[in-house]
Amino acid sequence: MEVYLDNSATTKVRSEVLKQIVDVNENYYGNPSSLHRMGLQIENKIQAARKSAAKVINAKTEEMYFTGGGTESNNIAIFGHLNNIDAKNNIITTKIEHPSVNNVFNNFKDKLEVRFVKSDNMGRVDLEDLAELIDENTLLISIMHVNNEIGIVQDLDKITKLVKDKNKSIKIHVDAVQSYGKIKIDVLKLNVDTLAFSSHKIHGPKGVGGLYIRSGLNLKSMIFGGGQEKSIRPGTENTPGIVGFGEACDLVYSDFKQENQKLRELKNLYAKRLTEEIDGIKINSSLDEDGAPHILNVSFKKVRGEVLVHYLEQKGIYVSTGSACSSKARNNRILDAINLDSDFVDGTIRISLGFFNSIEEVDYVVENIKLSVNDIRKIMK
Amino acid sequence: MYNIVSASFGEIFLKGKNRGNFEHQLVEQIKFALKEFKGITIYKDLGKVFIETTNIDDMDGIIQKTRKIFGIVSISPSIKVEKDPEKIYEKAVELFGYLKENQNIKTFKVNTKRGDKNFPIKSMDFSAEAGGKILAAFNDVSVDVHNPDAEILIDIKKSCYISSEKIKTVGGMPVGSCGKALLLLSGGIDSPVAGYMIAKRGVAVNAIYFHTYPFTSERANEKVKQLKERLEEYCGKIKLFSINILEIHKAIKEFCREDETTILARRFMMRIAERIARENSMEMLITGESLGQVASQTMKSMIVIENAIDMPILKPLIGMDKTEIIERAREIGTYETSILPYDDCCSVFAPSHPVINPKMDNIIKSESKLNVDELIEKCISTIEIL
Repeated sequence: MEVYLDNSATTKVRSEVLKQIVDVNENYYGNPSSLHRMGLQIENKIQAARKSAAKVINAKTEEMYFTGGGTESNNIAIFGHLNNIDAKNNIITTKIEHPSVNNVFNNFKDKLEVRFVKSDNMGRVDLEDLAELIDENTLLISIMHVNNEIGIVQDLDKITKLVKDKNKSIKIHVDAVQSYGKIKIDVLKLNVDTLAFSSHKIHGPKGVGGLYIRSGLNLKSMIFGGGQEKSIRPGTENTPGIVGFGEACDLVYSDFKQENQKLRELKNLYAKRLTEEIDGIKINSSLDEDGAPHILNVSFKKVRGEVLVHYLEQKGIYVSTGSACSSKARNNRILDAINLDSDFVDGTIRISLGFFNSIEEVDYVVENIKLSVNDIRKIMK
Repeated sequence: MYNIVSASFGEIFLKGKNRGNFEHQLVEQIKFALKEFKGITIYKDLGKVFIETTNIDDMDGIIQKTRKIFGIVSISPSIKVEKDPEKIYEKAVELFGYLKENQNIKTFKVNTKRGDKNFPIKSMDFSAEAGGKILAAFNDVSVDVHNPDAEILIDIKKSCYISSEKIKTVGGMPVGSCGKALLLLSGGIDSPVAGYMIAKRGVAVNAIYFHTYPFTSERANEKVKQLKERLEEYCGKIKLFSINILEIHKAIKEFCREDETTILARRFMMRIAERIARENSMEMLITGESLGQVASQTMKSMIVIENAIDMPILKPLIGMDKTEIIERAREIGTYETSILPYDDCCSVFAPSHPVINPKMDNIIKSESKLNVDELIEKCISTIEIL
């Protein structure tokens, strides 16, 4: 039995999506920039995909830009916002960002002040602290909508209101790679300026992502070339990838509620069964509305997460771990930020769910986690 | 320009009656190293081995690979010509023109070696004639027999070979000319270097690797496989035996003192290695130990570890400093792989304070709590050949 529970790392492409990718490669291989009919045909398909991607977050089609993936989108947005900076300026982000935001912010440390907002033990941004950090010199705030390791969902509504109330000119970037297609986002209601998303987290192909840029906003270009994607991301479009991504967006949109509910039920069931059947366990993800429906982060005392991953892979079960089994200094920014008890840090795994997971897998997975944890504990005692 | 590489042997010359055998081994080694190239012919001509290719675009690649073959001390990229004096002169002039285009050459000399004494023109005369042709073709160069900018070598054997440079290569003895041994290969920096050094002395090296999956990652296996492949560029085909010793570590953890873990585990590894070596007609073991580097490499630890077996152990790094070993690993090209973070043994099984002066009696006593033979059988049954 193969049970893939690493959907926050990446997902399996859905067959409908695969069909589109093959179709573009076989029949619509023209370059959208070409003047002839083949160019026009694929350009139309890309526009259709843009529409599909826009629908997921209620954006206008012309606000959507395709990129090479989530990391690229975060980089384009942050660098693009910071085109006119001074040493007295500051930018703010959380301590639990993905490296594609965290490392970009760190890169600016010698040019201006980088401020990190506190979060609580569940990873929720401390709004009071945020209010204190904001001043007239703040240029940009970048917030991760759903954290990739623990799945906490930030209250973007409150955060954006707070920010814009304090200082209207501050730009807000949202890394929505883990939430796009998983949690309802309405950019019309949210006061965000840019928002990054990715295709391969929602059963689309790898190597495609996108950036929402609120209309009227001018981002400084980072990459120069032939002017594709209105010069935000020049370079010949990844046409099969974009069309495949569009299909994945359509699929998300068609059964959003039902799918979302299924994921949440599965997540809660895993949390319940594991807590009931295994001692020395801690659930690090919120099981309430502020927990993403598809991410369950769990720690086991006296277990090495990496060893558990290898035990489970032998049974065809694929989960992930953030902490490496190594004698060298352990470094997990996210688990440190939520103050996870050191007894638990080493034994942390992430179960992340997707379209292909079902309730029928739960018995098999729970049973094998139980057996593996017991065996590892016997050896490590 | 070049269509053939000549390779000179080093110590093979000293080996009297075995020479034919060694040469044969060397040819096999060259074939293995160059297996990716098509249209290659390898043959011997009066004391040298020649590698001829029909595809001169492969020449750089062939030279890169040939440089790494043990038993060859130098190579010369050459042009093979019929033994017709006029054709030889013509090619010598052509080669000189090619060199002159790429370097600033003012002076030169021609040196002829006549291995085939039936060739009608004497070496000195032939050099003079060829030099004359070059002078006639290029009016801005002169002859300097003592310190020339370029030297054209004409080697007249069964065929004629023209070259201009001698590239120093790794040297050593042809792999397989001095027996077979089994290398204890971990993912670390030292053991690949140890294998390299012994293979350089003509030993056909195979390797054994111990892991503790699922306490270690499958990526650790991939890392060791990469190290093996890098070593194969020098050592020829290496058989890599992979053995899971988790059961041994589990038993040690359950029944023995924590600080003795490494010594006890090493004794098991030696026993398993000895057995695999004997079953595959290998005569010695090779380890990457360097005296005093870690707890299991003190003199006392080594005595206790080696006491577990009867087979001699070669330890070519024994007197080297870590920095020297690292330098060697960089030269060989194994260093970058060795420092990848995937360990062959999980830190779960590494004692925080290992004994550095183990007593034989204590170790034997600890071992008596374990069913040694059964554990060895169990682990050997996990053998995989990578």
